[in-house]
Amino acid sequence: MVHLTAGEKSLVASTWSKVNVDEVGGEVLGRLLVVYPWTQRFFTSFGDLSSASAIMGNAKVQAHGKKVLKSFAEGLNHLDDLKGAFAQLSELHCDKLHVDPENFRLLGNVLMCVMARHLRADFTPEAQAACQKVVAGVATALAHKYH
Amino acid sequence: MSLTKAERTIILSMWSKISTQADSIGTETLERLFAGYPQTKTYFPHFDLHPGSAQLRAHGSKVVAAVGDAVKNIDNISLALSKLSELHAYILRVDPVNFKLLSHCLLVTMAARFPADFTAEAHAAWDKFLSVVSSVLTEKYR
Repeated sequence: MVHLTAGEKSLVASTWSKVNVDEVGGEVLGRLLVVYPWTQRFFTSFGDLSSASAIMGNAKVQAHGKKVLKSFAEGLNHLDDLKGAFAQLSELHCDKLHVDPENFRLLGNVLMCVMARHLRADFTPEAQAACQKVVAGVATALAHKYH
Repeated sequence: MSLTKAERTIILSMWSKISTQADSIGTETLERLFAGYPQTKTYFPHFDLHPGSAQLRAHGSKVVAAVGDAVKNIDNISLALSKLSELHAYILRVDPVNFKLLSHCLLVTMAARFPADFTAEAHAAWDKFLSVVSSVLTEKYR
C-alpha cells in the first residue's frame, strides 16, 4: 500500500504531466540494460545489446520500454489500489517471465534519474520523494502475487 | 569490480564540471536523501536539517569533497579513503544500505544538473564508481 498525502498525489500528478511517456520509456529501459547489464538476461531475443549505443538505439528496447512505461502510467490512476491494478501483471512476471522483483526497484530508480534529466530543477527533492513512494509501491504491487 | 579505462575517463571529465558546483550539489544530494528516505535522518539528530541550513551545506560539501578525493585517486580509492572508511566502521557505523540511497540521490542530482553529459554510459560509470566508493567505506565494518 502506498500512503501519499493529498499534496504528494498532486505533486506526482503535476510532475508526471511534464513527462513525455512515449519518448522516455525507451530511455528508461535502455538505461536499465546499460547500467545493470545483468538485466539483459530477460531480453536475449532483442538482438544487438552489445554496447550502450546499440542498446539505446535498439528498436525492440524502445518499443518495449514504451509499453512498460505506459503500464506504469496507468498505475498512477490507481494509487489507492496498486496491488489490485497490477495483480495480473504480477502473476505474469512471476509465472511466465520469472523476473526477480529486485529488478522492479532497479527500474524505478532508473526512472527517477531519467525524470531528473528531463525535468531538471522541476524534479525537486519533494517531487522525487513523492515519486519514489510511487515507484516503491508499484514494485511492491508487482511482487505481491509472487509465490 | 574495477573501473575500465573508458569509465575512468568519463568520471574524470564529468568531475571537472561537478567540482564547479560541488557545494550546492552536496546540499541538494542530502536534501534529496532526507526528503526521499526520511529514515536516513536518524544519523543526524544533532543537525538542523531544514533546507538552507548551514550544517546541511557544510556536510554536503564534505560529502562531495570526499567523492572528489576518490576521483582524484581513482586508481587507489581504498588508500585515499582509508581514514574515512575507519570513521564509518568504528565511529559512525552507518548501515551499509544507506550508501546505495546516497549514491542514488547523487546520481539524480547529477542528472538534473547535467542532462546532456549524463548519458547512459556516464550513468553506468558513475553508478559503478559510487558502488566502489561505498564498498571501500564499508570494507572495515566486520
